[in-house]
Amino acid sequence: MNTHALRRTALVAAVASTSALVLAGCSGAGGSASGGSDGEVTLTIATFNDFGYTDALLQEYMDAHPNVKIVHNKAATSNEARENYFQKLGKTGLADIEAIEVDWLPEVMEYADLLAPVPDDLKSRWLDYKVEAATSSDGKLVGYGTDIGPEGVCYRSDLFAAAGLPTDRAEVAKMLEGDWSTYFAAGDKYVAATGKAFFDSAGGTYQGAINQVEAAYENPDDGSITATSNPDVKKIYDQVLAASATQSAHLGQWSDDWFAGLSNGAFATMLCPGWMLGVIEGNAPEVTGWDIANVFPGGAGNWGGSYLTVPGNGKNVEAAQELADWLTDPETQVKAFENAGTFPSQTDALKADALTGSVNAYFNDAPVGEMLSERAQAVKVSPFKGQFYFQINDAMQKALTRVEDGTQSAADSWKQWATEVDALS
Amino acid sequence: MTSTLERPTRGAAPEARAREPRRLGFGRSRRSAWDLKLSPYLYISPFFILFAITGLFPIAYTAVISFMDWDLVRNSGEFIGFDQYAWVLSQPKFWIALRNTFSIFLLSSVPQLIVAIFIAAMLDQNIRAKTFWRMSVLIPYVMAPVAVALIFSNMFGDQYGVVNTTLQNLGLPAVPWHSDAFASHIAIATMVNFRWTGYNTLILLAAMQAIPREYYEAATVDGAGKIRQFFSITLPSLKPTLIFVIITATIGGLQIFDEPRMYDQYGTGGADNQWLTVTLWLYNVGWGEWNFGRAAALAWILFLIILAIGAINMVVTRSLVRDDGTRDPRTRRERRAQARAAKERMMADAAPAGVRGEETGR
Repeated sequence: MNTHALRRTALVAAVASTSALVLAGCSGAGGSASGGSDGEVTLTIATFNDFGYTDALLQEYMDAHPNVKIVHNKAATSNEARENYFQKLGKTGLADIEAIEVDWLPEVMEYADLLAPVPDDLKSRWLDYKVEAATSSDGKLVGYGTDIGPEGVCYRSDLFAAAGLPTDRAEVAKMLEGDWSTYFAAGDKYVAATGKAFFDSAGGTYQGAINQVEAAYENPDDGSITATSNPDVKKIYDQVLAASATQSAHLGQWSDDWFAGLSNGAFATMLCPGWMLGVIEGNAPEVTGWDIANVFPGGAGNWGGSYLTVPGNGKNVEAAQELADWLTDPETQVKAFENAGTFPSQTDALKADALTGSVNAYFNDAPVGEMLSERAQAVKVSPFKGQFYFQINDAMQKALTRVEDGTQSAADSWKQWATEVDALS
Repeated sequence: MTSTLERPTRGAAPEARAREPRRLGFGRSRRSAWDLKLSPYLYISPFFILFAITGLFPIAYTAVISFMDWDLVRNSGEFIGFDQYAWVLSQPKFWIALRNTFSIFLLSSVPQLIVAIFIAAMLDQNIRAKTFWRMSVLIPYVMAPVAVALIFSNMFGDQYGVVNTTLQNLGLPAVPWHSDAFASHIAIATMVNFRWTGYNTLILLAAMQAIPREYYEAATVDGAGKIRQFFSITLPSLKPTLIFVIITATIGGLQIFDEPRMYDQYGTGGADNQWLTVTLWLYNVGWGEWNFGRAAALAWILFLIILAIGAINMVVTRSLVRDDGTRDPRTRRERRAQARAAKERMMADAAPAGVRGEETGR
């Protein structure tokens, strides 16, 4: 290599390293802006699926608070968010505001001390059961409630008509009004008339019923497991399986067959939280018969929903609390509902015109806003979910599936479930 | 570089001595002796340093955690000895998972290897558009395992899947893909086979092409047919490659995860653990229940199982193919003794006549 070439190489290297330094300097400056002493704050929010927090909505907050810059990170699924959350909680790397789902709330509650509390004056903002579920044993509320999943009953009016059952929403509601035996009695009629299945799966139906039991699997006082000796659990198990023998399509929820069943008429009814409407519409776009009735067996029920949490060791805890407060404000939540259909958990938002006036064209112009708002307020029970809730319930879902797919008898399957539950603690 | 430049001055001195073998490169100093011994290790050291950081440390750390009741979030644990191991071994789930793992492993690797050898033998013939066919068998391997699993899971749907619909149209009974353990294993093995057959085919094909064509010509002259040639020449020559393929298939097969995880919508191995594999259970215990103590113990048990199987593999294959590759009937010890004897003979020959020394030195 001659000296010229050498020199040129050295120059290129020098330029490259200088520009690298400059670049590093830039990013350094950008990073230090967050949490700076002059009030400039960069807040990160981590959500999943779709919370309805559009850029335009977040811009509103930034306009009102010029010193705040919001960065929104979306995980694709709640499972991804869950893994990330528990791997980083108590350490570093979590966003200033982290969204969590009701399904893994019991696990989060074990680490309530690592989260910043929700100010006491906000507690009256949400429905009682929403607050209760996210309150730790020492009375600290750690989650800003966002949405809920109040449940109605979705039904195929075309299939109902063919079976000689009422098709009008109000009449269907009247027919199903009552406890679970009323629902299953209607199922018997449908099966007798058509020979086809009434509901989708034992698992989904069981979930609706078990969510009405205050302490299904664990003792709220000491956290001990009571699942296998709880007569309510056994009763629901027997009742659902007795009905499922003739009335269930045996299609496990979220399986490929189940998605096919949404459009091919394999079942006529399904327990339906607000967010399920989008699932049905998305997977059975060509079906015109789906409708929803303002009724739920056994009273009312909630399935799903989310919270925002503020990790206690974040850099901008106070600013994050302020933003979380604003994001879960009834007014903001109604906007989020308009964006993504996330049904509000705030009492005031349930009365907002934008919500009560909303109709769903796919469900034959059903006034879903008004209906689900009523369903949400009818929910009285906040089921206790302790440390083992997830595992016990998961084992129960499998037990139901074993009976549905014919692997085991109901009695054997219950026995296996009981053994599995006993091995947990 | 510098030492090559110095060479003329330094090299003048040994000139007087008997002409020793000379090596290009560094000078013949102590440093160069070290260089000769150490360099190879230095060159491969990046891999081992990296492995120590990214492989060995996690393995050791997993061992530590496996003796604890570990809380991931608080990053702390309580030492509880072998309790986690005892728990894992006492769970019926573990034995079911082990059974499933081996069942899926056998169902996938055995037919896969047979088919791969067959396709490779076909591709080894004189066919048109060779490259096209060879690339085509590799296409499934390029697909992401999760995508493969999604497509196949859909096909193996119990009620509305393509496979069962076809079976029913043919008047055959539908197969309960998601409730019968054996059926689920076949479905999962199908996904594995779909993905890996082509890959193994190419490796075996490469090995087949390395077989000297003279063997076949000689066999043809001797009157051996194609089939006889395949069993007497091709297969024996493939043994070393087959060992490699079998060992990688074993390690991969015992760690099978993507396919069973994507087989249904829950990814937990079925209502009755029909297709729960060891790694899938490990994942569920670790990332489902956040019980990393148990998951770590399970990981170590799996590691030991793989080591044991690997050792069995070694012993079996050694006894089967000791002499392959070199086609030398002597054992290694005999070979070494003969080599030593030959060397001594050469040295003895070379000592009087210095000219020959240059060639024997190396």
